[in-house]
Amino acid sequence: MRFMLLFSRQGKLRLQKWYTATAERDKKKMVRELMQIVLARKPKMCSFLEWRDLKIVYKRYASLYFCCAIEEQDNELITLEVIHRFVELLDKYFGSVCELDIIFNFEKAYFILDEFLMGGEIQDTSKKSVLKAIEQADLLQEEDESPRSVLEEMGLA
Amino acid sequence: MSDVVEKTLTALPSLLSLDSHPGSAKLSSTSKLGNLIRGITELTSKHEEEKLIQHELLAIKEQVSSPNTTMRQMKELMVRSIYCEMLGYEASFSYIHAIKLAQQGTVLEKRVGYLAVSLFLNESHELLLLLVNTVLKVGVGLHNIHHTMPKREFRIFDCRVLCSQDLQSTNLIEVCMALTVVSQMFPKDMIPAILPLVEEKLNHPKEIIRRKAVLALYKFYLIAPNQVQHIHNKFRKALCDKDPGVMTASLHIYLQMIQENPEAYKDLTPSFVTILKQVVGGKLPMDFNYHTVPAPWLQIQLLRILSLLGKNDQSTSEVMYEVLDESLQRAEMNHNITYAILYECVKCIYTIHPKSHLLEKAAKCIGNFVLSPKINLKYLGLKALTYVVQQDPKLALQHQMTIIECLDHPDLIIKRETLELLFRITNGQNVTVIVEKMLEFLCISEDDHTTIDLVGKVAELAEKYAPDNEWFIETMNTVFSLGGDMMQPDIPNSFLKLLSEGFDSVEEDRKLRLFAVNSYIPLLRGEPGKLPQRFLQVISWVLGEYSHLREDLEPAEVLSLLAKLLDMKNSSSETKSWVLMAMTKLCKGGADASVTQEVSETYSSSLDTVLRQRAHELQYLSQDPELRARVLPRGAKPETLEVDSSLSFLDRFVSEALAAGAAPYKPPHQWQEELDQSKALSLEPYGLSLPISMSSCSITDRQSPTLLSMSSGLSGDSADLSHKGGSSALKLDGIKRVWGREGYLAQREPVEEAAQVEVPSPIQSPGRQGEGDSLHSQTPTQTPTPEPEQEKQQLASSLFVGLASQSSVSLMGKSEPTPQRFRRKAKGQGLGSSFNANEQISSSLISPPSAVDNLLCNNLLDSNNSSELAEQTSQLSQSLTTANGTCHAEAELTESDTKGCNPALRRDNCVVAAGPGPHNDPGRLTEVCLDSYLPAELSGLSHSEIAPLCANQSLNLSACHVQKEDSLILVVFIMNSSESAIQQMLLQVDSEELEVSCLCNSLAGEVTSHSVAVGQYSLTVKRPAVHVEVVGTVSYQLPAGTSQSLQFSYKVPLTSFIRPFVVSTEEYGTMWLSFSHDTKQNLTLINDNQEPLTATLNALKKKLQLHVVEVIGMEGIVACRLLQDLPCLMHCRVNAGWLAVWLRSPVPDLPDCLIYHCQRALQSL
Repeated sequence: MRFMLLFSRQGKLRLQKWYTATAERDKKKMVRELMQIVLARKPKMCSFLEWRDLKIVYKRYASLYFCCAIEEQDNELITLEVIHRFVELLDKYFGSVCELDIIFNFEKAYFILDEFLMGGEIQDTSKKSVLKAIEQADLLQEEDESPRSVLEEMGLA
Repeated sequence: MSDVVEKTLTALPSLLSLDSHPGSAKLSSTSKLGNLIRGITELTSKHEEEKLIQHELLAIKEQVSSPNTTMRQMKELMVRSIYCEMLGYEASFSYIHAIKLAQQGTVLEKRVGYLAVSLFLNESHELLLLLVNTVLKVGVGLHNIHHTMPKREFRIFDCRVLCSQDLQSTNLIEVCMALTVVSQMFPKDMIPAILPLVEEKLNHPKEIIRRKAVLALYKFYLIAPNQVQHIHNKFRKALCDKDPGVMTASLHIYLQMIQENPEAYKDLTPSFVTILKQVVGGKLPMDFNYHTVPAPWLQIQLLRILSLLGKNDQSTSEVMYEVLDESLQRAEMNHNITYAILYECVKCIYTIHPKSHLLEKAAKCIGNFVLSPKINLKYLGLKALTYVVQQDPKLALQHQMTIIECLDHPDLIIKRETLELLFRITNGQNVTVIVEKMLEFLCISEDDHTTIDLVGKVAELAEKYAPDNEWFIETMNTVFSLGGDMMQPDIPNSFLKLLSEGFDSVEEDRKLRLFAVNSYIPLLRGEPGKLPQRFLQVISWVLGEYSHLREDLEPAEVLSLLAKLLDMKNSSSETKSWVLMAMTKLCKGGADASVTQEVSETYSSSLDTVLRQRAHELQYLSQDPELRARVLPRGAKPETLEVDSSLSFLDRFVSEALAAGAAPYKPPHQWQEELDQSKALSLEPYGLSLPISMSSCSITDRQSPTLLSMSSGLSGDSADLSHKGGSSALKLDGIKRVWGREGYLAQREPVEEAAQVEVPSPIQSPGRQGEGDSLHSQTPTQTPTPEPEQEKQQLASSLFVGLASQSSVSLMGKSEPTPQRFRRKAKGQGLGSSFNANEQISSSLISPPSAVDNLLCNNLLDSNNSSELAEQTSQLSQSLTTANGTCHAEAELTESDTKGCNPALRRDNCVVAAGPGPHNDPGRLTEVCLDSYLPAELSGLSHSEIAPLCANQSLNLSACHVQKEDSLILVVFIMNSSESAIQQMLLQVDSEELEVSCLCNSLAGEVTSHSVAVGQYSLTVKRPAVHVEVVGTVSYQLPAGTSQSLQFSYKVPLTSFIRPFVVSTEEYGTMWLSFSHDTKQNLTLINDNQEPLTATLNALKKKLQLHVVEVIGMEGIVACRLLQDLPCLMHCRVNAGWLAVWLRSPVPDLPDCLIYHCQRALQSL
């Protein structure tokens, strides 16, 4: 996957993740163009686009558009499922997610995305027990550390 | 919600926000970020937003640089900066603080820091400068080292330190974060430094870490495949990992590697098949299910791999038939995810060696897709049809009505895909309808990419299947007007070529040309200002050449029409020069004189030199009809032009100019580079060189001025030009000659080849053939239908006409039924092949050919030595093609035992590091005798194996290096393998990382036949790198007088430069404190019978020539240096079963390179 964008129906960018090195100016141009194209499409139209040398797969959830750019040989349908799964994750995490959740907690949405996709490829998350063990260990460690940082903040440390 | 999701989610709270629970996520809307966001939503204009954000950024900037800001506050500030950047406002001042936060924060803060770093920074150069500027201005908090480092290293250093710190952390979360960021934005040149750390993680007990490490390596592989070459066996281990997640991750790497070289991985086919079988059979844990489908991502990945492996390989394909069948059967549930798998299955079945019952099922699947009411599936169905239609044209027939419907679909994407499909089934009978549809689409399409693509396709079809002259010219006119100036330049080129070369019948030629002229005149009389430049150029040329064919047309009128083009504001100067050229051809003096006079006067003082030249030509030739008739003969057939792309005829002129004190020629890029360097920031405070610009230099740039003698300057220049021969040839020819044969045969030939490939291949089994025929006989008998339907039926019959017959014919392996109208004359093709031979020769000059090629060339040259060059090349071409045949056969024979040395690889793989394989046997033979050519003063010292570098028909180059105490000597052997003496031989050697000085050059300029010249170079290290490379050029003159050159490169591991450094412990102590560049890493300990520390140190000492200063208990200190002057100290401590190594040196990069070699040395034990 080359990049993933989340933007609103009003054309506001909500999230962007680039998996290949792209110059800042090109990014802005691509985002602008792509938003224009996707937003102009009607609801019954195909979710796939050929744009420049890329394939675009997009899907609209409520007021948000999720948009992925993939390589020529990649599978479009599975990319739609990648988007769907990401939405499921967000939904579960925020508890019936809405655009506002993502606006106000965009960094958390990024974290979920990073846990879900790495370098543009899906990481298969499984093995419940192991993950649980990790999280428990971390929870403990965090608890040890957090009081100290509070003290620091108050200038007592 | 599926299990998997649930599972990920249970893990998320810890990974995301330890201070907030899912429900409380919305609380943070009361934060400062919340205020900002709400503030923005209340605004009404873009201007207000700008003001607000600038204000916000100022506030952030202030806080961020305040020393009292805690990391926790910093985290919040970073989030706000990210937000501002997302809105499109720059917050570059915060980049440095993002790095700082990632370095110094607690886990939670680090995470935000890393996120910001990965969002803010990428490898682009601009940002880098920005970053440096920020550092210079802000200059807070970071260690002093940064100021003494070259700018590029600066950021990399931070990332690396950051990542290596965290990679070595015992905290899993930190390791995960580091791996994530490493996979996202790691600069290519620093991969060697971080690689061992990531590699190490492949053995981590936790699968999540192993998985991420594999994915990070995958990313490295994408950026720099050769950097991770040596860990291929570890990829295999990852493939066999007991955790399916790790295995899945490793498939990404395999897919990539197999794509590049399927032959090398055929042995893995059964393993992939077994994995797929298990997955499809539901053997994986339930966790991997997605909407009750077992591991769909994994399935798709495996199917893609299998299709690559089974392509054109019957025996491999047979292994996978069963599992493909099973996959097709299992994927029956009506859900997107199963369609995704089915789609991939179908693609695989049609890619591998065909199997009839699978093809039947796949065809049925495609039918389901095409007929589906879901638009996404319909789209993919069309795509699949497009993919398979060449193998199975009857499938398109089956779905013709659906295709017709799709052609009128309101969604342009569907329409576009349908046209793609039609393009593939075009033949002489349906071409007019299909091209019409394509042109219709072009009129409504607004996307440049689509336009360029479609225009090219229409032009291709028009040329291939045009039913008559009128249609062809009209279609091409539309192509030129719609395609405008975006289209590929080879479209007008080949069009004009077609016109000028003509066909077998003179009368036909005349008609075609006349028709073109007739169609252009009204266009010029109308509004030529609206036509694209390219079209105007075509028109000018055609009118210049052929307007005389129309007898009722006065040249004066054409001239005035053309002159009108010159006056148009939007005519480009390129167009103007075409117009002037056309006018030169047309003017006869007399009545036309006034127009031409006026025009040539206007442009003879033009600032554009090309225009000025054309204007002068026009002036002279219009006054001298005789000369004009000679220079521009009317109706002349394009003759063959010999292009001396090396411009050797200029050599005398150049040498005179040089002798008169002119500066040697510099290619534009070198020029630009020097300009850039002088413009760039002063580098003094940073000391060291600029790695970026150095690496972008090409070899020829580095002719050191001291070595540049008169003759070398000459031959060097010619050689340099000859490299670009292909591209410059077109331009150099000037306008008239653009349409000479050389120019575009190079471009045309591949296109024609491609077209031939597209002819349906007769691979179906006989059983299917019969079926196809019966179907074909059914199609014409359609039941009567109402009116609009009838229209569609009509369209269908015009679209799919000839398809059925074509399919049945092609099944029997015959060529197409309709002959191609514009078939090139045989003469042209012959020329084409000889031109290709020319190409091959020049390409062999650029990339050193393999030993096999070179042997063949030698033989050829022997037999042809005295004959003329032109003759030589044509003969060479013939023998080369046959030679290539044998070459391939040999390659196949050795394929099994020499992995990955297919012919393509050999061609450009002459780097010695690859090691002489069995195919280098000829090289081996020479090596034995080369030993005796080693200079006497070096013979006592140990030297590396003499390895062949490269060769061409006259020269064989080999080299080795000899270790001396204070330097490394590179010895280059140049053997003249031809039958004649070679003159003006000059060897130039240079390196980015090394200081090269010439010691002794036995090249006296002339090397007699079958003798060897030896060059010696002393190498010292300028800038350490894991492997350093020397590049060189040999330029020489053949007896025939043509100058040639040969390039080579030679890789030396840094270890060859390392010498033991004998110091006392006290001296060591003082030095240790004064060295500023360091790196730390854990290495594996050797556990044989001895005490592990001593054993490991001894091993390192032996392998890398280190000096063990002292061993004190569990610690050891070791010292070495790069040749004489660059020391590196190493402190080792045994810690929890590892050897914790700390390296320090005054030289940046040296510790990193050394640690890499230490690691390799220990691994190889």
